[in-house]
Amino acid sequence: MTDDLRTDLLPAQDTLVDRKIVRWYFLAAITYLFISLVGGFLMALQLLNWNPHSNLEFASPGRWRMIHTNAIAYGFLANAFLGALHWAVPRLTLRPVASRMLSYAIFCAWQVVVVATAVGLVLGEAQALEWGETPVWIDPVALLGLLLVAINFMTPIVKAKGPLYVTLWYFMAAFVWTFLTYAMGNFVPEYWLSGSSAGAVGGLFIHDLVGLFVTPLGWGLMYYFVPIMLSRPIWSHGLSLIGFWGLAFFYPLNGIHHFLYTPIPMFLQYGAVIATVAVELVVTTVIINFFATLWGRGREFWDNIPIRWFYTGMVFYFLTCLQCALQVTLTFQALIHFTDWVVGHAHLVMFGVFSLWLLGMMTYLFPRLLGVEWYSRRLLEWHFWLSAIGILVMASDLILGGVLQGYWWASLEPWETSVDGSYPFWLVRVFAGVVIVAGQICFVYNLAKTYGLARKAGTLSSAAANEATA
Amino acid sequence: MFESKSGILAIAGLGFFALAFVSNALLPALMYQDLPEQTVEEVVNANVLVQFEDLAKRFPDAFSEHYGEPTKEACAEALELGRKIYVGEGCWHCHSQFIRPVSNEDERWGPVAESWEYQNELQRPVLFGTRRVGPDLSREAGVRSNDWHAVHFYQPDMVSPNSPMPRYEWFFDESPDAPNKRGLAIITFVQWLGSWRGEYPSYDELPDMSVTELPPPPPQPAVQNGNAAGGNGDGGQANNN
Ligand code: HEC
Repeated sequence: MTDDLRTDLLPAQDTLVDRKIVRWYFLAAITYLFISLVGGFLMALQLLNWNPHSNLEFASPGRWRMIHTNAIAYGFLANAFLGALHWAVPRLTLRPVASRMLSYAIFCAWQVVVVATAVGLVLGEAQALEWGETPVWIDPVALLGLLLVAINFMTPIVKAKGPLYVTLWYFMAAFVWTFLTYAMGNFVPEYWLSGSSAGAVGGLFIHDLVGLFVTPLGWGLMYYFVPIMLSRPIWSHGLSLIGFWGLAFFYPLNGIHHFLYTPIPMFLQYGAVIATVAVELVVTTVIINFFATLWGRGREFWDNIPIRWFYTGMVFYFLTCLQCALQVTLTFQALIHFTDWVVGHAHLVMFGVFSLWLLGMMTYLFPRLLGVEWYSRRLLEWHFWLSAIGILVMASDLILGGVLQGYWWASLEPWETSVDGSYPFWLVRVFAGVVIVAGQICFVYNLAKTYGLARKAGTLSSAAANEATA
Repeated sequence: MFESKSGILAIAGLGFFALAFVSNALLPALMYQDLPEQTVEEVVNANVLVQFEDLAKRFPDAFSEHYGEPTKEACAEALELGRKIYVGEGCWHCHSQFIRPVSNEDERWGPVAESWEYQNELQRPVLFGTRRVGPDLSREAGVRSNDWHAVHFYQPDMVSPNSPMPRYEWFFDESPDAPNKRGLAIITFVQWLGSWRGEYPSYDELPDMSVTELPPPPPQPAVQNGNAAGGNGDGGQANNN
């Protein structure tokens, strides 16, 4: 991996990046990744009637299913993003974050939020808001945390002079959006609205959480890492502009497509459908831009493992978006809504795209954070291939199963037919899950060994790591 | 403008977000302005009260201990707790609560969902759901008897072979004929779902598509006090329309 150690291209100032906080965030993220996997397994095994602890209230799969999604969104993705932001923002703005103390305070506060969420969910205190089941009493704390995050990162961005790079457009917008989305989704349907209009807000929340928090941070980081690692600029600035503004305009208008055929007024549903198709067109421009950037350097895909993570994620991104354009049509909705198709879609987005990107970033950054090379390149390969193949199998399996479920339901067969018929798909899903977990175990083992190397080499302190990689 | 800080923060960050909020959230809220939100007490209806009284007769000890008399207020309390359990246990991630006008759903479950059905405190936030591992529950009221539900929550595959639905033993004091406060509440809650419809319980007469022929329900619990609403949900539920 020495070939992509192009730190000569980056301003390597000790004062800019606090490597320790990045490491802390990444370690927290990996911990929650495993907790989330446990939750997923409990539910997956329940569907096969293999749940070993069916009489334990606090291990109920229904509760752990919510931990599964919340741990991935707020534990894994949010922590990993915060870590990556602590790396990227100071380097892009040539300024440190507002306050290191604040960074650590936010780190601690955020872990309290995530752990409290998990405890609340285990105790049965969920809020009836998908992707936002965080018990209501934690919401204000989480919101305060998001505000502090925005302040911490916006300070260097606001001070930065000259034209802003694409990445920072995405980040700035994401700080505003995440805060607003969280506030809207958690408070409006809980305290002000009920019924169908609350459903509309709920749809908006589910959608904005992916589209206005995860997506802009993810793409922003892609715009940052890909050109650095390929040492060439993004192919077209014009397409970058279209991608950003297209996403900003159309994405939030999609929310209601999560509740098509509900009593929400039909013309609003049509609006959401059209806006969704528009998003797919925008996405295509972004994908073209990134593949054109790689054009002629295809070798990197095989040689450079982080680049492979990133571009595989982009292929999955394109696939999910293609899937969106299909599934958002009312014809398709009639068939696949409520089925495992949607579950497959969600896994493809959350793991196949954003988790792959973040794991790729970790693969790239850990040597720079620790000041030593990875312990084993072979284990990095295993991590990649097990994760990528696992998610591909899982998503295809669930998507196919979903189509069949849709037909079984529409055919008015007894309900059991769909449950029994889904069994083989649920079985394959569990094994795909095992493959994914095996990949993550390779990663953690490799990481532990690499830490060992760093300890021996004495490069763990922030300054020492800077010297080793500078 | 398109690359400046203020442009991005004001137009993309605030402006576009606000546009979506107004068009996708405020607009439907305004459209439903004339459908005021009902309180929990207001949605306690005669149909669900019949079931609530039936629970009082069937499980007298637990019932009087936790809810006293089967009054409207007690029923409202049970409904509120039932909703909390429904949310906390993640039932809404396996069951939806709306019937779509497509995919033969009205034939399977009953009338298509309408806006007014959701304008009440027990749908705040709304429990539409996004996944069906089990069937839709918005027309569940009166389809099954209270005993069926008790056994089903205790151990679903006792009445529904191979059911992947989790067991909820903590709704009971050790046995399916002894639901505790939570057990009584969740049964009341599912017996409420759809009880507000004028057609109630006409979906009884629909060909029963949601399950195949079931074996007769298990023997009635010892505490049964003999009541019109017998063990088999397909028959003789009291009907107050
Ligand atoms: C893992 C997904 C899952 C969870 C979680 C779940 N269920 Fe179910 N449920 C099912 C399935 C599958 C069926 C159909 C088979 C059966 O009757 O058991 C079902 C059936 C039912 C039925 C019978 C419907 C009918 O008339 O045929 C009711 C009522 C019900 N569930 C209520 C609940 C409640 C209340 C909860 C939460 C405490 C819950 N379920 C949690 C999967 C689930």
